[in-house]
Amino acid sequence: MNHPAAAARFNEDVARTEWHDQALWFVREKRDAGSRRVPEWEALRETASQIKDHVLSRLDAYLIEFETQAKANGVHVHWARDGAEHNRIVYEILQKYRATRVVKSKSMLTEECHLNPYLEQRGIEIVDTDLGERIVQLADESPSHIIMPAIHFKKEEIGVLFHEKLGTEEGASDPTYLTEAARKDLRTRFLAAEAAITGVNFAIAETGGFVVVTNEGNADLGVHLAPVHIACMGVEKLIPRAEHLGVFLRLLARSAVGQALSVYTSHFHRPRDGCELHVVLVDNGRSVQLGREAFRNALKCIRCGACINTCPIYRRSGGHSYGATVPGPIGSILSPRNDPKKHSALPFASTLCGSCSDVCPVKIDIHKQLFHWRQVIAGQGHLAPSKRRAMRLAGWLFARPRMYRIAGRWARRALRWLPRFLIYSRWNRWGRARDLPEPPRYSFRDWYLKNRKTP
Amino acid sequence: MEVALFVPCYIDQFYPGVAVATLELLEKLGCSIVYPMDQTCCGQPMANAGYERHSLETMQHFAQTFAPYDYIVTPSGSCALHVRAHYNALEQTEAVRRVRANTYELCQFLTDVLHVDRIDAAFPHRVGLHASCHGLRGLRLGQSSELRGPDFDKVRALLEQVCDITFVELDRRDECCGFGGTFAVTEEAVSVKMGRDRLRDHLNHGAEVITGTDMSCLMHLDGLIRRERLPVKVMHVAEILNGSKA
Repeated sequence: MNHPAAAARFNEDVARTEWHDQALWFVREKRDAGSRRVPEWEALRETASQIKDHVLSRLDAYLIEFETQAKANGVHVHWARDGAEHNRIVYEILQKYRATRVVKSKSMLTEECHLNPYLEQRGIEIVDTDLGERIVQLADESPSHIIMPAIHFKKEEIGVLFHEKLGTEEGASDPTYLTEAARKDLRTRFLAAEAAITGVNFAIAETGGFVVVTNEGNADLGVHLAPVHIACMGVEKLIPRAEHLGVFLRLLARSAVGQALSVYTSHFHRPRDGCELHVVLVDNGRSVQLGREAFRNALKCIRCGACINTCPIYRRSGGHSYGATVPGPIGSILSPRNDPKKHSALPFASTLCGSCSDVCPVKIDIHKQLFHWRQVIAGQGHLAPSKRRAMRLAGWLFARPRMYRIAGRWARRALRWLPRFLIYSRWNRWGRARDLPEPPRYSFRDWYLKNRKTP
Repeated sequence: MEVALFVPCYIDQFYPGVAVATLELLEKLGCSIVYPMDQTCCGQPMANAGYERHSLETMQHFAQTFAPYDYIVTPSGSCALHVRAHYNALEQTEAVRRVRANTYELCQFLTDVLHVDRIDAAFPHRVGLHASCHGLRGLRLGQSSELRGPDFDKVRALLEQVCDITFVELDRRDECCGFGGTFAVTEEAVSVKMGRDRLRDHLNHGAEVITGTDMSCLMHLDGLIRRERLPVKVMHVAEILNGSKA
């Protein structure tokens, strides 16, 4: 994905870019207000960060503890090396129950594994039950944000989509009306579902249980109606003990949208009578990342989306410009893990302003990892040769004071002497919308030699 | 107190007046300033572009040039941060450790080392303070809007000592301007939009002058100001503290 080109296209509609920026900034401000209501906010972040660091330092042991406890509770535990294995496992479970109609609540992991198209190709109807996810599913798109999947849609556009797909009145765009229409349609899907898939927000090693949070109650409705519940989770979702949940639950919804708590925080420990509960633990590159020290702590992520909301680039380029399951700053340090070439532009879609790291509830050093990914991607040769040559030349010049001075003098002269149309040719991307600085006749060094230094 | 002045490459070439203001200001405050004649660049442009390996020689040159001095002061938060944070890529020789510990952004130096509490300057204008990201979140020159805790702002506290200055309060007090080094060119569309949005925030609140610790951010904003003929100008914080006129 060429992020700069996609972002430039996004910016062609200035009004829409500003609307998108303001919608996300509004959420960032709600997060600020929510965090201000917790006096020990910074201590909470530090605690959460340390718990996650600890988990990552002995993930193997906690995973086995979780598996043992979950099995003792009567849960079926599966291990998937990658996305393909995950999809196959889910499909086999569904086959076992002859389930062809499935409801799924929000799960970025299943997006990462591209579960929906995999199951659809095998004749299974899979319906996303989170309203935002349902909207992007009906539009045949992917989520543009991890917690607000349809944030790029205006309500009028959803009205058009629902008119076409759900038969709502033409021209109707009242959110309550549209939500009611989605609700009615989803209700029939819930009642017909033969299996329910959910994500996992936190899995607890000590108890073998896990927690799913939603604002819509759609995860609960799904799993309480269907005889089979399949919960899919990345291996990094573990926390050691149930008592640690409080730390993360207080941070999660506040960081996401400023809510004190998600509306539904559902705890699952064992299957209901006569039903089955499966947990699929997915690696898909996570253990490789665990072994890379500079990038390890990105696995602390609890998927709150705060870094996405605060990112001035995300807000002005839209989630789809990233061409990745997870957009924004956190996505830009997670995505290159499995395919650095494909995602080579993403670590550069940042000014390294650091807002992402400061807003992160688990203190991931996101902007530092963006810097490190740049080095890895350049080192693997995924950048344009012209850029490499320019940087090598700059590095050579700056290490040679005399050459630097000569180059600087000629650059300033060229800017003074060349006609404007040559300076502002189409190759000058700085100059498309901005003037260059007025080149002075003297450098500071020249001034200093003349005014301060007696030879 | 002997202090070495580090003038970032782009200030040396394009904004010598900012370096002169820095030099004069430090002298007024009682420092004896050395300007090492063979200085060039801190190495940040290449490193941020992904080519840290092509910046190693430049960074070594910086370390050798500035190692003898107890204090290295520069009118750039971004360059100071690069030396402090990213010189971990070099072998940690005595010279490298010294420059990492001794390099200060100007306002950081005035506040934390000189403890300046009186600035002899007047600036009867409405000023918008642009909080450059690397100074703010990298060097912690102020409390970023994301963090919870006591508010502080070293740059503003210095400017408040200037007579007759009026600050404008912004809607987004520390959003990035969109410069970002090579980002300004590779992500031109977003960079320009970010710059325009920052400028509008300042203009909406009646700023006559936009100031900040980093001329690179201000160069980007000034490029838009001059192209679009906007009724506002940029000045480096050193110029205002040194008593320059708007």
